[in-house]
Amino acid sequence: MSFFAVDGLTMRFGGLTALDDVSFEVDRGMIFSIIGPNGSGKSTAFNCISGIYQPTEGEIYFEGEGISGLAPHHIARLGIARTFQNIELFSTETTIDNLMLGRHQHMHSGVWSGVAMLGRATSAAREETENRERVQWIIELLDLVQVRDRPVGELPYGTQKRVELARALAMEPKLLLVDEPSAGMNADERAEVAERMRELRAELGVTILLIEHHVQLAIGLADRVLALNFGKPIAQGAPEEIRQHPEVIKAYLGDG
Amino acid sequence: MNDRHIDVVIEPTRDHYEDIQLFTARGSWIKLALLLVVLVSLPLLLPGYRVFTLNYMAVFVIVGLGMNVLVGYTGQVSLGHAGFLAIGAYTMVLLMTRLAVPFPIALVMAGFVSAFFGFLLGLPALRLAGPYLAIATLGFGLAVTQIIGHSALFGGHMGLVVPDAMVGPFPLSGDVSKYYVIVGITFVLALGVRNLSVTRVGRAFRAIRDSEIAAATMGVDVAYYKTLSFAVSAALTGVAGGLLALMTGFISPGVFTFTLSLMFLAMVVFGGLSSITGAVLGSIVMGYLNLEMDAFQELPVLGPALEGFSARFMSTVGLPNFGWVVTGMLIVFTILLEPRGLYGLWIRALDTMKRSKSADTELSRSGSGAD
Repeated sequence: MSFFAVDGLTMRFGGLTALDDVSFEVDRGMIFSIIGPNGSGKSTAFNCISGIYQPTEGEIYFEGEGISGLAPHHIARLGIARTFQNIELFSTETTIDNLMLGRHQHMHSGVWSGVAMLGRATSAAREETENRERVQWIIELLDLVQVRDRPVGELPYGTQKRVELARALAMEPKLLLVDEPSAGMNADERAEVAERMRELRAELGVTILLIEHHVQLAIGLADRVLALNFGKPIAQGAPEEIRQHPEVIKAYLGDG
Repeated sequence: MNDRHIDVVIEPTRDHYEDIQLFTARGSWIKLALLLVVLVSLPLLLPGYRVFTLNYMAVFVIVGLGMNVLVGYTGQVSLGHAGFLAIGAYTMVLLMTRLAVPFPIALVMAGFVSAFFGFLLGLPALRLAGPYLAIATLGFGLAVTQIIGHSALFGGHMGLVVPDAMVGPFPLSGDVSKYYVIVGITFVLALGVRNLSVTRVGRAFRAIRDSEIAAATMGVDVAYYKTLSFAVSAALTGVAGGLLALMTGFISPGVFTFTLSLMFLAMVVFGGLSSITGAVLGSIVMGYLNLEMDAFQELPVLGPALEGFSARFMSTVGLPNFGWVVTGMLIVFTILLEPRGLYGLWIRALDTMKRSKSADTELSRSGSGAD
């Protein structure tokens, strides 16, 4: 069994079929891109994987276990983290507090130990301090030192995207779902995003499942690509195959 | 993900405990000492009947802390907190009268029993949001007073007399001795809520408020933390109920009205949501107004003028109604002026002071407070 697999995933909303019998496998350490025009079902696939939607049919396997139907927080605890296309940060909280939310599942303090946090030696204070130390390198890696203590709601768009990625990394995931990392960015910023993804994979060995609207970026980064159109898989394979695949070209350029 | 950390020069070395430490700035210990001196000496300086008012305000502050946890942090609305106040008050009094449980233990039990009901109310709240949740909690608050009012065990509409309380060998007879107990507990609870807010559970509460979906995908069990928030909030309000019974010496269903629940919601919004300082400030002001609404009458010149105005245009009974008008206007104007309420105004004032100060000296060490 592969590291991560989606088998016959189908998602219907009333009469609309957002995903139609989608299957793919991802090996450990891979960057796997899902591409497709707007409305092709990419984000729906992510929402199924992270437990926000219950798939109508099909199964999702992570490390050999079926995970479809589990609640989002269970899936997070298994080691799957994600970012959102329309940034879902805790906007009134600071950068560091957003990252600390990513540490939630690795921490244990409850109401009593939290209330009784009096002084450095108490358990909740020790846990806080340790986990803040632990995410410091992520803050440095993603160049967030300057905004560490600022509420994220007031940060520029690109920085917010980095905070969201940092928060996902703070979860120490085995599988990272990245939804449109280059949305709303110019060519320079896109190149930076690509570089960052490669770096994360190389340095952390995290498996990345990437949704990207920008085809060149998605294909350039990926070890393997799946192309969707209107919820249906139209092509799957190595980046070079996808780049020249007639169905993919047709989906993006139209029937003309 | 590997445990391999990337080599980046960390400079200067940061003390991460500083983030959550209560007193970081050098001056804050002095401020704390000052606050304690004021709190200890207040009842000795004020006339006796004012101490009763202080006690009442302190009870409101505890409720404000509880409302802040639920409304400010977790973003859930409640129009039924007078119900929890009643549950706390009656639990304590019944334990003391029927089972001869000592006051301190009965007070703690009041918190636990109220928390249990908070948990129960939290369950339907999982499926409700916004106006629906408001109505459900409203129904809860009304039901509690109805049940109490029609049960002989709870003394019905006649109410219950609160027995004399002892703390160990010391009787709590006068308002002043009750003051030290009530204000002491308020201080400790405020500290506890502050600590809760900067640690894991408080963060999970606020995450739910900001984005339920994101919180869930970070591993936060949203259902668990929502009900937990209701329970914590109810526990605080239950303790406040016990202390209210202690200070007034008499409880009846007529005390725990829907208007009081509304007051509780208004005071945290007015004080500034999601801020402990704001909740405390808002509760103090609202507690005072709730008890001393007709105190306008005592103001020189303005008092008689207002009374005349009120009697002529607004009511036949003179000032009490006008008190509500003033309270309402105070809330509306504060929120219009500053959505973060009193706390926001306070922060603005501090900023202005800081700016004029740092213009003189280059030294601008920011001393972050409790929030």
